[in-house]
This record gives sequence, C-alpha cells and structure tokens, in this order.
Amino acid sequence: MNWLLVVVGGAIGAPLRYLTDRTVQTWHETLFPWGTFAVNVAGSLVLGVLAGATVSSATYALVGTGLCGALTTYSTFSYETLRLAERGKGLLAGAYVSASLLVGLGAVWAGWELGAL
Amino acid sequence: MPGQRAETAGHRLWQVLAVISAGGAAGATARYGAERLWPTPDGAFPWTTFLVNVVGCGLIGFLMVLLAEGGWSAHPLLRPFLGVGVLGGFTTFSTYTLDFLRLVRHGQAPAALGYAAVTLVGAMAAVWLTATVTRRLVGPVAGQGAAP
Repeated sequence: MNWLLVVVGGAIGAPLRYLTDRTVQTWHETLFPWGTFAVNVAGSLVLGVLAGATVSSATYALVGTGLCGALTTYSTFSYETLRLAERGKGLLAGAYVSASLLVGLGAVWAGWELGAL
Repeated sequence: MPGQRAETAGHRLWQVLAVISAGGAAGATARYGAERLWPTPDGAFPWTTFLVNVVGCGLIGFLMVLLAEGGWSAHPLLRPFLGVGVLGGFTTFSTYTLDFLRLVRHGQAPAALGYAAVTLVGAMAAVWLTATVTRRLVGPVAGQGAAP
C-alpha cells in the first residue's frame, strides 16, 4: 500500500518541481538557481513538519518519501553547482551551496518545531 | 539556465509534465525501495540516502553531457523524463536535511556535520567525474555549454 502512495507522491512532486523552477526562473535574470533553491527549502520545511508531527506511515509515504522526496533534488543541485564553477562563477557556486545548506537545514528544523507543536 | 528548458519546444507542456511525472514516480519508488532494503537505524549514519544521492549525481553528470550539452541527439522528451523526472525523483534534498537534523537530535552533531560534508563532497566529485569523462568520450563539441 505504501509503495503506491510513494508512486503517487513522486508523480506529483517531480512536475511540481519543474513548474516551480520554471516560474521562479522567470522572476529574475541572475545565474543563481533560485528555482531549485526554492523547492529544496520548501520540501525540507514540509518534511520537517511531518517528522516533527510523527504522522502515520501512509501519510509519510505519500507526502514525505513521495512528494517531498521528488519535489527536492540533489542531482540538479550538484549539476547547477558544477556549471556555475565551470563558468568561472566559483563565488556564486559557493554562495549557492552555502545558502542551500544553511536555509535548508533551518527550514527542516523550523518545520520539525512547527510539527511538534 | 534557460537553454536547459529547450525540451518544451515542439512539445506541449502537458506532455513534458506527463513524462516528468512518470519519471518522478519511478525515481521516488527506486529510492523508497533502497530505503526498505537498507533501512537506516535511528541515530546511525544514513548510508542509504548518501549512496542514493551520490549515485544520482553521478548519473546526472553523464546524462546532461549526453543529452543537454550536445553529445547525443535523442528524443527531446528523454531528458525531462530521465533528468528532471527519474534522477530528480530518485535523489532528495529534504531527506538529506532531515537526516542531519535527526543525527543532531540524537546528540550526534559531529556525525551530522560529517554526513553533510561527505554527501556534498561525494555528490560534487561524482557529477564532476562523470561529466568530465563523458565529455572526453563524446568529443570536444560537448562541454561548450548547455545551449542547443
């Protein structure tokens, strides 16, 4: 049963990431990958809420493992960082990595505290 | 990176979304399968998430050079399916940050910092290595940029 919920969550999360990235990327002209940054932070916040609230395994499979897992991405994050570094934008690559880690960790922690309320 | 969204040219948005959705479902299910096969005990180092993310980053370096940087002309929906869908759904940033928080809450801050660093270094090494090797293999035309 949980397998099916992961499938459904993944089927929603991945296109949601694509649409969010497309939308966010039209809002700015910079090379900073704000779209991926936004989904990674948002997904970390929601997963933190689920973990803090200790939801049922079915809810966690659907929204946590499926949706949040597919909404967020490490592969695009690493490729974007590589491309920035290769274009001589090492400082921007460093800022992207630092901001993703710091804000992402802050979001998962804030989510956990929210969920535990 | 606007050049990476060229796959929508000639295809309707719903077709792109459909293949991304199918890929995301497959990728997320593969990650779930890995977590079920090799579950991480509470407070232990999250090797499964680490390996999933590093393997996914290695595969995207290979894939992006082949499909987005002009190494190989494939069906235009293949890259959104495999790159955005399968690999995006397989790798995860949210589980990575949650793994970190769980280790900290278990009183294992050094392990949490080590996990964060080792994943980042492993992921960057994997994507750099596969992109570099693939560019060498497919010739000098690739690697000039993601623009078509």
